[in-house]
Amino acid sequence: MSDIINNILVCGTGGQGVMTAAEILAQTAIAKGFDVKKSEVAGMAQRGGVVTSHVRFGKKVWSPVITPGTADILVAFELAEGSRWADMLRPGGIAMVNTIRLTPPVVSAGLFKYPEDPLASMRAAGVTVYDFDAGAIARDLGDLRLINTVMLGAIADYLPFPAEDLEEQILGRFRARKPAMVELNHQAFDLGRAAARERAATKLAANQ
Amino acid sequence: MSVAVQAKAASRLLLSGNEAIARGVWEAGVKVAAAYPGTPSTEMLENIALYPDLYAEWSVNEKVSLEVAIGASMSGARAFCAMKHVGMNVASDAFMTQTLAGVVGGLVVAVADDVGLSSSQNEQDTRFWGRFAHVPVLEPADSQEAYDMVKVAFDLSEQYNTPVILRLTTRVCHVKAMVTVGEKDERAVSGFDITQKRWVMTPANAKGMLPKQIAREGELRKAAEVSPFNLVDDGSDKRVGFVTSGPAFMHVRESFPDAPVLKLGFSYPAPIEAIKAFRATVDKLVVVEETEPLLENELKAAGLQDIFGKDILPRLGELTPNVLIPAIYKLRGEEPPATSTYPKYEPFPRPPTMCPACPHMGVYYTLSRLRKRVQISGDIGCYTLGAGHPWNALDTTISMGASMGIALGMDKARSEQTKDKAIVSVIGDSTFLHMGMQGLLDIVYNRGNITTLLLDNRTTGMTGGQHHAGTGKDLNGQEAPRVDFATLCAALGVNPERIHKVDPYKLPVLFKLIRQEIEINEPSVIITDRPCVLSEFYGKLTPYEVVDDKCTGCGNCINVGCPAISVSRTEVTKRDGAPDIVKKYTTIDTAMCTGCHMCVESCGPKAILPFNQQAGE
Repeated sequence: MSDIINNILVCGTGGQGVMTAAEILAQTAIAKGFDVKKSEVAGMAQRGGVVTSHVRFGKKVWSPVITPGTADILVAFELAEGSRWADMLRPGGIAMVNTIRLTPPVVSAGLFKYPEDPLASMRAAGVTVYDFDAGAIARDLGDLRLINTVMLGAIADYLPFPAEDLEEQILGRFRARKPAMVELNHQAFDLGRAAARERAATKLAANQ
Repeated sequence: MSVAVQAKAASRLLLSGNEAIARGVWEAGVKVAAAYPGTPSTEMLENIALYPDLYAEWSVNEKVSLEVAIGASMSGARAFCAMKHVGMNVASDAFMTQTLAGVVGGLVVAVADDVGLSSSQNEQDTRFWGRFAHVPVLEPADSQEAYDMVKVAFDLSEQYNTPVILRLTTRVCHVKAMVTVGEKDERAVSGFDITQKRWVMTPANAKGMLPKQIAREGELRKAAEVSPFNLVDDGSDKRVGFVTSGPAFMHVRESFPDAPVLKLGFSYPAPIEAIKAFRATVDKLVVVEETEPLLENELKAAGLQDIFGKDILPRLGELTPNVLIPAIYKLRGEEPPATSTYPKYEPFPRPPTMCPACPHMGVYYTLSRLRKRVQISGDIGCYTLGAGHPWNALDTTISMGASMGIALGMDKARSEQTKDKAIVSVIGDSTFLHMGMQGLLDIVYNRGNITTLLLDNRTTGMTGGQHHAGTGKDLNGQEAPRVDFATLCAALGVNPERIHKVDPYKLPVLFKLIRQEIEINEPSVIITDRPCVLSEFYGKLTPYEVVDDKCTGCGNCINVGCPAISVSRTEVTKRDGAPDIVKKYTTIDTAMCTGCHMCVESCGPKAILPFNQQAGE
């Protein structure tokens, strides 16, 4: 095993399933024999605030927190939250962003504006951004809770282990508790994966 | 349920520090464990309660929880108590004398510091208590150490006849890391021995114990000097060596993989000789400690002047790699490596909010309508959010239960400008039982003119919904006696005619009641009785929607503060020589709405109707 530490930052808002996604990533890494640390300061986050979870894995992980500028992947469950954590990415890192807009009361009351395109400054700074509507995919499959699986599918091709291992970790959890959800999660994972590939291909084409 | 509960010995699991400690407590053969919830410590007791063959409770406050643990220790059982850093302030009266009397069964107090203040009112350093109370302090750096150290702490406690502090921080409690667990240690309880006189701490008795306590501290210092928890993790780069403890060790190791590090796990009494010996092996020595320069000052007092610490590192917050690396490079006279490539971007703040249908919103909406007439003394819980947008209806928050004493002080210190203001204290059910009752008694006894709003939402909300003496259930979810707040307040001397129960969803009723009580010159208590929407006692109702062609854009419903309500469009009418007229038309997210109807009560034109009934009209 190499000495490289993998850093994945999962972010979103309270109640979106950020912690669950991070837990699934961590468990997959454990199953692959990595040392793992997962850090979250939820604090008052269950009250609709900002949630992040740091997942780090490798041969030996020391610090439980990702140093700004070193995250390999940023998984954002919400559009503006994706932009909030852009500085955590390393050069060449990827931001996988669900384009749902969740408006906090301070914005709906008019005290602050939700930016028209929060990712604009990220793109301008040269961040590789793959953004897509994970909510629409989940809705089409009939259950908004599938966003979690869609997002994990989207990053599955950018991890140091096969996508199938991550998928198996997800499906295994449902096989034990809700067998009826296994097939839907399989589809959600594949559609998330396809969405990311499509965004990557579009970006490649745009650059050529 | 934590996977640790059923895991066999030698299992390797991904556990939070709190889960790991719970497993260690059970394996150590603890018979009694007690706590009051507090972030980031709460999950320790929640997890301990899942294990068999031990007693675990939510106590009414940290002092009582420690007393319960002390009683069990006196009775020869291993006992455990957990609290957040500020909890020790409450428990310290019992703690400071217990440390003189010692233990029979091992007694470990886990205290969790909120370094970086993710959910606390201050950032105090628990390591002071080790010095203050002359007891050993163990500082784990991750889950495995937390598990290992809690077990060793019980042995130390019994061996040296002292309680032991296990000092944790948020980055131990809430970080998940790999832990290999072990076997349960079966232990018999000896029972309380009435022939022992050491527990009666009269001055004469206590005086005799002081020299023993000093001698004990000397023995503990010797033990710390050779403890396997205080080890040099050597490195080839001798330019800068580090002495550190807790999660700061992890950040040091991450930042400087080749540096020699003396890691202190048994950090008080500090192993001064070992540190001096380590000092001699490196060019420069940096003490990396979160948060206060405690060890640094002790080392300087012991003659190690030539060291670095808070002169190059911040006094506040976590000492993460992005803090450490620039400081150490600078110390070495080098240019720090470039850090983040991408600029920091702040789209807008996303502060914590109250939940849709939170009964506290009704209280703060009402108080915001009376804002010019009242001073509002607040307390600690979800309802502290009343200080924020859109209510701005809370003026003070200091400590658990402080709302009423502070309100009384305000009442006794009025100025010409404030003499006609009504003074209101706002406190939650769990906080009232924790440390609020005494304040109310003081108001009554000293004839204060305070209206107390007791927000009974039948849970300890901010820490995630734990039971307490007013919910009717215990830590295990079993039926338990339930305090009656109205009877309790009457027993404290509040005139029964001034004690009211009200449904906080009924905004006009609540408004009239508060307005009535603040006009009456004697103590009154208004108890709101809607359960927390996240609690098992809450029942969801039919959601509402805004009928667009009836909405006049007045924005009243926005001021309720419900996150399910948002502005769908804004209309601005310009006027010559007068402020613009701004109309905010709203919409309700029916998936979030639980049908509390508080916004309905705020809506003049009756534009808010039950979802899907619009068509039938």
